[in-house]
Amino acid sequence: MAAKTLTIDGKQISAFEGATVLQAAEEAGIPIPTLCHLDGVYDIGACRICLVEVEGVAKLLPACTTRVREGMEVRTDTERLRNYRRMILELLFAERNHVCAVCVSNGHCELQTLAYEHGMDHVRYEYRFPKWDLDVTHRLYGMDHNRCILCNRCVRACWHIEGAGTKNVAGRGARAHIISDLNQPWGDSESCTSCGKCVDACPTGALFKKGATAGEMAHNRAKLEFIVTAREKKQWIASE
Amino acid sequence: MSFLDLDEWLVDLAAAVDVVYSPIMDIKEYPENVDVVLVEGAIANEDHVELMHRIRANTKVVVAFGDCAVTGNVTALRNPLGDPENVLQRAYKDAADIAPQYPAEKDIVPRLTPRVTPVHELVKVDLFLPGCPPPAPRIKLFLEQLLAGKGERLAGANIKFG
Ligand code: SF4
Ligand code: SF4
Ligand code: FES
Repeated sequence: MAAKTLTIDGKQISAFEGATVLQAAEEAGIPIPTLCHLDGVYDIGACRICLVEVEGVAKLLPACTTRVREGMEVRTDTERLRNYRRMILELLFAERNHVCAVCVSNGHCELQTLAYEHGMDHVRYEYRFPKWDLDVTHRLYGMDHNRCILCNRCVRACWHIEGAGTKNVAGRGARAHIISDLNQPWGDSESCTSCGKCVDACPTGALFKKGATAGEMAHNRAKLEFIVTAREKKQWIASE
Repeated sequence: MSFLDLDEWLVDLAAAVDVVYSPIMDIKEYPENVDVVLVEGAIANEDHVELMHRIRANTKVVVAFGDCAVTGNVTALRNPLGDPENVLQRAYKDAADIAPQYPAEKDIVPRLTPRVTPVHELVKVDLFLPGCPPPAPRIKLFLEQLLAGKGERLAGANIKFG
């Protein structure tokens, strides 16, 4: 595989042809915030939190779906990017109903952590306060649409790590939401294997194990990593 | 309550400031020329709206204090249900065993606003201290900065919701 040389934040690095800017940055130890990216499944560039500036390109580009090019100059941490990232986070909070104080994922939530990192001490946009329901028909797991950010990680984990294809997205725009099978109660789904990979993939408190109360739901990403490593590297090693 | 967790530092604080208004003080009218106010709770009824406008007009630095003031938090859980009538109906009529009726004494019980909003949706807020509740050490840090004349926005590890 041919290598490409590029600079990220002024640092000269080389990356394999076909690598994404996110992979190249990760390799070089340069952190780029992500939300919809999940190791082991393909990227869809849905959340835009990983936006970067590329010299000579007017638009901001998502690092997770942009491939490296020879001589590319990437900036990952500018005033403009920080502003847009905070804006995106605030819009995510304003879009549904995030009541951290009573959320199962309080303290273990990727959305929350990013909000802190980006200095979000309040949301400047008007909250929409939409009406969404809870699906607690599954024997083991629950889904609270109020906390879903539509990152699609559960859908990709379900289709491409477990291979069940239970989780999908239905609806458009503000009414887009995660469904099970043909939009039926999760508990009635015939394709769901009850593996819980969607739950472990979820960055927020939208998917949770039943019985978890406020602050108790820490998602176990190590389980997904284990399977993905086994598949890609043929090594059965757990990271913890 | 979290405020009271400041323990003996409250004594130092009392020496540094004049407390001119609080819901638990015997002062009915919010005074004029106030330097700093810590507003707890969201805007949920018509009294809150009126008081909040008066507070803004008479105060230099308005601080939204705690998640309810900053986001609406649990008090805003009624918003997705729409008309406040639905909530009143559920709480005071459907759930009542005897003589179901709304608490609606004129000039005593204020009417609910159509939806609960964070303070900054109603008036300009200068500083935000989220947390449910904000822990005492963070309140202390925040107030010390204010007393030192540098009211700064919180950042990084000092921001925490829930
Ligand atoms: S999902 Fe995260 S941001 Fe949303 S309410 Fe829960 S802890 Fe807060
Ligand atoms: S349920 Fe969780 S993983 Fe699925 S789209 Fe919503 S936030 Fe993402
Ligand atoms: S992580 Fe790149 S767009 Fe979401």
